[in-house]
This record gives sequence, structure tokens and C-alpha cells, in this order.
Amino acid sequence: MSYTGLRSLLPKNDLLSFGVLALLLVVILPLSLDIFRLNLIGKYLTYAFVALGLVLCWGYGGILSLGQGVFFGLGGYAMAMFLKLEASSPENTAIQSTPGIPDFMDWNQLTELPWFWEPFHSLGFTIIAIVLVPSVFAYIIGVAMFKRRVGGVYFAIITQAVAAILTILIIGQQGYTGGVNGITDLRTLNGWDIRTDGAKYFFYFLCVFLLFVCLLIAQFVRKSKLGRLLVAMREMEDRVRFSGYDVSNFKIFVFCLGSAFAAIGGAMFTLQVGFMSPTFVGIVPSIEMVIFCAVGGRLSIIGAVYGTLVVNWAKTSFSESFPELWLFAMGALFIAVVMAFPNGLAGLYKKYGEPLLLRVIDKVKAGRGGLGGDLNSKGVVHERQ
Amino acid sequence: MATMRNARPSGLGSKLPVLVKALAGAVAGATMALSAAVHAAPSTAEVNTTNLAVTDDKVTVGILHSVTGTMAISETGSVQAEKLAIEQINAMGGVLGRQIEYIQEDGASDWPTFAEKSRKLLVNDKVAAVFGCWTSASRKAVLPVFEQYNGMLYYPTFYEGLEQSPNVIYTGQEATQQILAGIDWVVKTKGAKSFYLLGSDYIWPRTSNKIARKHIEKLGLKVVGEDYYPLGHTQFNSIINKFKLKKPDVIFASVVGGSNVAFYKQLKAAGIDMTKEKPLVLTISVTEDEILGIGGENIEGAYASMKYFQSLTNDNNKAFVKAFKERWGDDIVIGDVTQAAYLGPWLWKAAVEKAGSFDIDKVREASPGIELTSAPEGYVKIHPNHHLWSKTRIGNAKTDGQYEIVYETPELIEPDPFPEGYQ
Repeated sequence: MSYTGLRSLLPKNDLLSFGVLALLLVVILPLSLDIFRLNLIGKYLTYAFVALGLVLCWGYGGILSLGQGVFFGLGGYAMAMFLKLEASSPENTAIQSTPGIPDFMDWNQLTELPWFWEPFHSLGFTIIAIVLVPSVFAYIIGVAMFKRRVGGVYFAIITQAVAAILTILIIGQQGYTGGVNGITDLRTLNGWDIRTDGAKYFFYFLCVFLLFVCLLIAQFVRKSKLGRLLVAMREMEDRVRFSGYDVSNFKIFVFCLGSAFAAIGGAMFTLQVGFMSPTFVGIVPSIEMVIFCAVGGRLSIIGAVYGTLVVNWAKTSFSESFPELWLFAMGALFIAVVMAFPNGLAGLYKKYGEPLLLRVIDKVKAGRGGLGGDLNSKGVVHERQ
Repeated sequence: MATMRNARPSGLGSKLPVLVKALAGAVAGATMALSAAVHAAPSTAEVNTTNLAVTDDKVTVGILHSVTGTMAISETGSVQAEKLAIEQINAMGGVLGRQIEYIQEDGASDWPTFAEKSRKLLVNDKVAAVFGCWTSASRKAVLPVFEQYNGMLYYPTFYEGLEQSPNVIYTGQEATQQILAGIDWVVKTKGAKSFYLLGSDYIWPRTSNKIARKHIEKLGLKVVGEDYYPLGHTQFNSIINKFKLKKPDVIFASVVGGSNVAFYKQLKAAGIDMTKEKPLVLTISVTEDEILGIGGENIEGAYASMKYFQSLTNDNNKAFVKAFKERWGDDIVIGDVTQAAYLGPWLWKAAVEKAGSFDIDKVREASPGIELTSAPEGYVKIHPNHHLWSKTRIGNAKTDGQYEIVYETPELIEPDPFPEGYQ
């Protein structure tokens, strides 16, 4: 991408917030936290993928999905199926009545691997499935809903129903899915032990890298004509339609994109936490993910990451300090955020943080310009709106 | 084993507080007074070679249960029992001269949270043992963590078996210990010929019913139906109609949690009087804790197959019930799992003292053969497969929410987590 292209994709204020986030995730946190806490941050970041998708769908497109857990779960389960097959080698499962199949299948009296598990022996297939299966599923839901102009509250309700259905399906078909227990005891990825500290560092950085890829895609969408159309649709759908655009296609696209993000998050979750369970597919986690997005500020893609981190960090530390009272503290946090800062953390930052930061940077640059020549004066385009 | 210095008949090391005074000296070391125990205890470098949270006068353990969410109602009893046991052990001078401190974490009825918290306890807090988990799902979630970081979990719930981890001591009964004797009893004394199996839809009821079915069929009797309902299900009318149609002699029920309330109320409302025993209801999932929610009058006449009931009349249990009520209130009830949770800290203490070390590997090595003559359920012993030898007892539910014990197996039953011929 040319310099000007990059500049239009990431104007100065956005570049600054991307930079600060990168500094935090790549340098500060890994240096200051031990591997246990860093692994937790990695786990939180997997939810940030979902929150990021929600910013695009909900914040920009006005499509509130209360079923993003479905896509997170599909991605996570796809990954878990691959890892479980690898962990269930005939040697590891010699104690079972049918060695070579996952343990929960054996408990449920299955004697051979179901057909839809077979392709998950291949890592390549799994990686493609992680992104493709949820996207196709989202496409089907999207076509069925948006082409019929179902939107708003009805769409939210239907996504909830999908989340409920999938949970019931997973729990009910425990011979094929592991049921309530989920798919547990995952050990290696192509022979490489994923439980070691080294692997945890690797997955953390992989997760951060993928998150930035997704953030850049989201930023691209936001800055493109598509992003402006999404906002227009959110504000006045009919007017966009009368202008000759097929509104439903844009909605389907952004919904699929959001679910692909969620699925990548789910797969990274499985890799870092070491198991997948139906608790992430249901209604409650799906709503929680909307809360992450709301706390971060539903119009800010960077805010989604911070929102997820702050809420989950609070959840962990409250529950460590007050095991019996922490839920009340979480409730109070949500109420406080919604009442006091309707635009979330991003709103706070835009109002107070960013002007201050930009002023500081300008000062530094001006000072340096005065002292040691004009380093980058062309770059300092003042484009504060 | 590094040192046998502290080894002694292990039952003695775990007497209950009734005997505290008499035994305090013996427990803290033959000649030590409590105040001197700290100084005379074996040095930390000696009893802790693996960098656990053990200091010269303290040892830290973890308690990991759900105190929020849907499982809180079941798990609270376990938390109370574990805290009581820890306090009693501390009052007796602690373990190897060290007072036990606990870090409590909330699993929040959420399996991934259990995994996160167990990792925290083992990696960050370096606890010497964890007492915790309740559902099979939570145990399955933490199991890889315990195996990876070599922790020791004392797991209190009766469960489906099919597991034997070097990093878990199962203080509850595995499925065969609960089911086989119960079915034998109902066949022998009540002349039962046909059974209807009913359960919540997850691994424990499914495995339990698989074992029950095999056993019933081995005895040459008949299973006339087998049904499962999702967790939290509350509409049992259709299954009650099936009971009326198929007329089984025994309804063998492993419905769990809140579903129990609906099931027994609807059973009663449909005119099935359990005290008439036609059909007879035999449950493996309703302890005194659940009856609090169901209401004694709604379940009167049902039979339960457990290893412990609050109404046991041995001296150990009388002292345990008294201490429990003093600590946690008079209106509290004690179920099977609560008692099993209470065993955890005592078994751990006995193993640590036998090993003369807090190191997980040494505690593991010392565990098989540990006996507890002071257990409220009577006497238990750790089998090399990490489960407990225990008796099966049959209780008959009364309106006051207690069970009247009508039968107990004469011998301890050997734990058999991978039963031949039942898989």
C-alpha cells in the first residue's frame, strides 16, 4: 500500500491508538506479566475478536446480534475437534473399549468415528473450516433474515434462538460433541505440546498478530465506502435503499465478517485454554460479548479491545478478591459505565485522552523541530475534525 | 519415601476434634505442646523440595468450588465442610507443625472459569493441595491443568468412574459403589423384577444407567424403559405417564439439580404415592441437600443409595454433625457429598504426615492405604486406584427431610472405576 493509501487508512489519531495498543500488547504486557497472567490476557483477547465484529455489525451496521457465541463456538469446536483427534491416538486411548476414538464417544457407546469428524484429521482442512463454516452459517442466517428485511429487535431475538438451539444440540448429542463437558484434555498440535510455557507465549503473540490483522480489516471497512454505507443504513435504511443500493447484501457481508472474526477468536481460545465447551455458545456468553463491546464503546474498534480487557480483568480480579461478592461488583461496573459513559471507554478517550495526547505530541514535535531541523513536517497534517 | 520419621499408624493422625485434647500431643509430634510445635517441626527445606507455598509455620491450600451460579446451592455444603475440617486440623496443631491457610476461588458454575482458577492456584499460589470441583464437567476441565502442573485435587462428588488420575483423590464413590449394592438390595428385599431408568442428560446419569442396565440384565431382570432429560428440565408429565403405562417395579432416578424439585412434585401430584412402593423410587442423586429444595413431604417414601446419611448414628458422625451445626448454623443439613468433602483435608493431612513431606509426588506415593477411622461415614481407606473403599447404604426419605437408614452393606466395597463387563 502506498504511503498516502496507508495514511488514509490510518490517519494520525488512529495510527496513534493502534500504536499505543500494539505497544501495550506486544511490549508492556509480555514484559510485565508472568506467563499465567499473560495467558489470561491472551484468553481475553480472543473475546476481543468477537467484540470487534460486534463493533462493525452493531456499532456501524446497526445489526445487533445476540448470538455471536455461536460463531465463537463453531470456530472453537472446529479447532478442538482437530486437537481431540490428535490426542485420541490408539496408544493414548488403549484403555477404552474402542481405542482411537475420543474418550467421550467411547463413554457414549459409539464404536466408530462419525463421518463429520473424519476431515478434522487434517490441519489444513481445520484451518479452512474454522473460518469457512461459521461464515457460511452466518451467510445462511443473513440471507434468510436480511433478504426478508428482518432487522432490529427481531433479528436480535432470532440470533438468540440460534444460540439456544446450538447449545441444546451440542448438549443433547453428547456422543458426537462431548455434551456439557465439552471437548477436554487437548494436548498437542501436530505433535507439538500446546501446554508448555513456550507454546503459551507463541499463541499469545499469534493471537495478538491475528487481532491486528482483524483490526486492520475492520479499519479498512470503516474507512471505505462500505463503512460509510453501513453508517448510512444504520441511520436511515430506506434512503440508502432508494439510492439504489441493495441494503441486504451489505448487511450480510458485515455479519459474515463479524462471524469470521468471532470464529478466529474461538479457535485461538481453544488453543490457549486447552478445551472448548458449550458454555461459550449459549445466550449468556453472547450477551456478555455485547457488554464488552458496549463498555469499550460500540463505535470504536480499538475500544472493543480495551473494553474486553477491562471487563475480563475486572472479572478475574474481583472474583479472586471477593469470591462470594464479585458478581455484584461486576453488575455495578456495567451500570456505572452505561449511566456515566454511554459511549464507553472510547468515548471517554475521545473526549479527554486524545486531545491531551495530540497536544503533547505536537509540543514534542514542535520542540524537536525547533532544535534539530525539520524531520517530518510534512507528516504533521493537522486533521482534527 | 524420604523420611519415615513422622510415619505413625495413620488413622491416629486424623482423629476428630472430640478427641482433640487427648490426641493433640500425638498429632503435633509426640512431645510437643502446641506452642512449641512450630519450632520443633521439620524444616521447610526438608518437607518442601518442590517450591510449594509452605513456610516454617504455614501451608497454603486451595478451595475451588462454585459459590455463585446454578451449582452454588450444591457446592456450598462442600466449601463449609472443607473449611470446618481445615479449622479443626489447625486447632489440633496443623499439618507437620504448620497451620493450614486456604485461598478460596470461585468456579462460578462455569467450567472454563474452573480451569482458569485451578491454573491460578497451582501456578501463582503454588498451593500444596486443592479441595474442590463438584460436577464432572468442572473436573474434566481442571484435570489437564492438575496433570500438567502436578497438583493434587481432592474431589468429593459421587461420579461416573472411568477415570483414574495420579493427580486426583476421589473421596466420593464411583458409580459401581453406589449402584450395584442398591440394585441388589431392592431385588432381594423388595422382589423387584422390572426397572425404569431415568436421568438428566449428561455423562454421569448415562454411565450410571449403563452400569445399572448391565447389572439388572445380568440378574435376569428387565429394564422396561430408559429416558433422559436436559439439565434444568421441569416437565416430567410425559415420563410419569410412561411409568403408569409400563408399570415398572422400580424407578431408578438420577435426575440432578433443580429438575428434582419438579420431578418429585409432579410425581406426587400425579397420584404416585412413594410410601406405597408401587412403583418404588430408588434415587442415586437426591441427598439431604436436595430434599431442602424438594420438600420432605414431596419425596417421602423414596429410597436413596448413598454412602453417607446425616442420620448415621456412629460416634464419629454425631461429633461431626454437632461440630458442623455449631460452625454453620442449626438448620443446616449434611448430604453425602458434604461428608465426602470433609474427608478431603483429613486424608491429605494423613498422607502428608505419612510421607513426612508436602511434595505432591511423595503425598501421592503415601496415599494408597491411608485409613481414616474417624470418618463420619465410619471408616474409609484409599485404594491404590485413588478412590475410597466405602460402604453403600440405603435410606428411606422421611417428611422431616432426613433419611432413615434401612440397610448397609456388611463389608466395604472396593472401588472399581473401570468395571469389567459394565462398559
